[in-house]
Amino acid sequence: MRYVQEFRDPTTAKVLLAEIARVADQIGATPEKPVHIMEICGGHTHAIFRYGLDRLTHPGIEFIHGPGCPVCVLPMARVDECVELAQQPGVIFCTFGDAMRVPGTKKSLMQAKADGCDIRMVYSPLDALELARRNPNREVIFFGLGFETTTPSTALTIQQAAREGLTNFTVFCNHITVPPPIKALLDDPHMVLDGFVGPGHVSMVIGIHPYDFIARDYGKPIVVAGFEPLDLLQSVLMVLIQIRDGRAEVENQYSRIVPEHGNPVSIAAIEDVYEKRPSFAWRGLGEIDESGLQIQAKYAAFDAEAKFGIGYGAEVAREVEEPDGCACSQVMTGRIKPIACPQFGQCCTPEMPLGALMVSSEGACAAYYQYGGGRPLEAAE
Amino acid sequence: MCLGIPGQIVEITDANRMMAMADVSGVRREVSLAPVMPTSGDLTEVIGEWALIHVGFAMAIIDADEAAETLAALRGLGEAQETLEAMAEGAKALGERA
Ligand code: SF4
Repeated sequence: MRYVQEFRDPTTAKVLLAEIARVADQIGATPEKPVHIMEICGGHTHAIFRYGLDRLTHPGIEFIHGPGCPVCVLPMARVDECVELAQQPGVIFCTFGDAMRVPGTKKSLMQAKADGCDIRMVYSPLDALELARRNPNREVIFFGLGFETTTPSTALTIQQAAREGLTNFTVFCNHITVPPPIKALLDDPHMVLDGFVGPGHVSMVIGIHPYDFIARDYGKPIVVAGFEPLDLLQSVLMVLIQIRDGRAEVENQYSRIVPEHGNPVSIAAIEDVYEKRPSFAWRGLGEIDESGLQIQAKYAAFDAEAKFGIGYGAEVAREVEEPDGCACSQVMTGRIKPIACPQFGQCCTPEMPLGALMVSSEGACAAYYQYGGGRPLEAAE
Repeated sequence: MCLGIPGQIVEITDANRMMAMADVSGVRREVSLAPVMPTSGDLTEVIGEWALIHVGFAMAIIDADEAAETLAALRGLGEAQETLEAMAEGAKALGERA
């Protein structure tokens, strides 16, 4: 097996795989009647494909790829708004590089940059803050995108901008949170989910208790996992053991990084700067209650929506249809595999993405494409 | 973009703003220590420590073994390279003429 040799510790990997197979058999999992385990985080999706974990594990285990890639769930309307903001006079629009190629209805940020907008790829919101300090005559807008791992960094940056009294720095806040879409998926009668592998770095910020409802209200196990392949195998095994034993608990496989109660400084910054929006649109999933964050009124001076009247906070939140023939929403909810999408590899490739799931290496379609997820096992060995 | 990368804190650059220089796989990058501020309030305590750095913020102090393993995992996924490129892009963005 080619893949197992690539593991840091192939012996342990083999032991874990054998153990997973044993417990899966005890549960009675078969390819016809599989156990459905959703990995929530896009980083995990990437690792599963990179190491072929979906093929190495017992055939009765089916991985359902979750909504945990912020670029993938970004609706086209938000990209359009980014372009609109970038077109405002005097604006320097800053974004993480991942968002550059996400298609909008008219263009991506990449195309807008080629068309002359001053759009800069930054590594950190602190880079955008520094640009604001250095260019007092320009308006610097940072595109705040991402889950709870990234949210504190923008919150702390806004707090710093406020301390310095900067008047030319704003954040276009499109931060989203992990628990609400999980709840939405669990409430979806078409979804079959038997357990979850929880995100590691999100949990490093928020701790493990925000997932309590999954175990308590829905009776499903969840194990917070690291993204090393061995972490993932260990976590899948922990989920299976819970299922076998009829338990539903929140377990922490990644306790070496994830404190039970998260990071207090980060949580305090998030609570100081943001509040929940009543609802927020997700590409492929639709509107989800209390799933997005907005900047509180006391920091309105740093809110691009308030300053420019563009975006979700503007009077009417825009809705746009996703492109024709794209199966993103079915892939997003795990109903079909990426290769079942008629556009996959045809009109939609990582170079020329049609849907957002093809843009980031954490998107299920891009991962399938990159690692040949569509090919049968023999071909990969 | 959701995964952090290990870096070693080498010096405090601006105590007021809680900023420090970190060495991330040989690349020097200024990061915020706000999330890992020691309870004593003395930032110099974290000099020499390894931290998991995410978009310019040290999010957690980790031990050297964990740092090495995390880095190996990130390299396996190609994410280490991606992050270092993003850091270079960030440096370039600051250099671009407005
Ligand atoms: S292949 Fe492209 S269009 Fe089809 S579901 Fe994936 S991202 Fe969407």
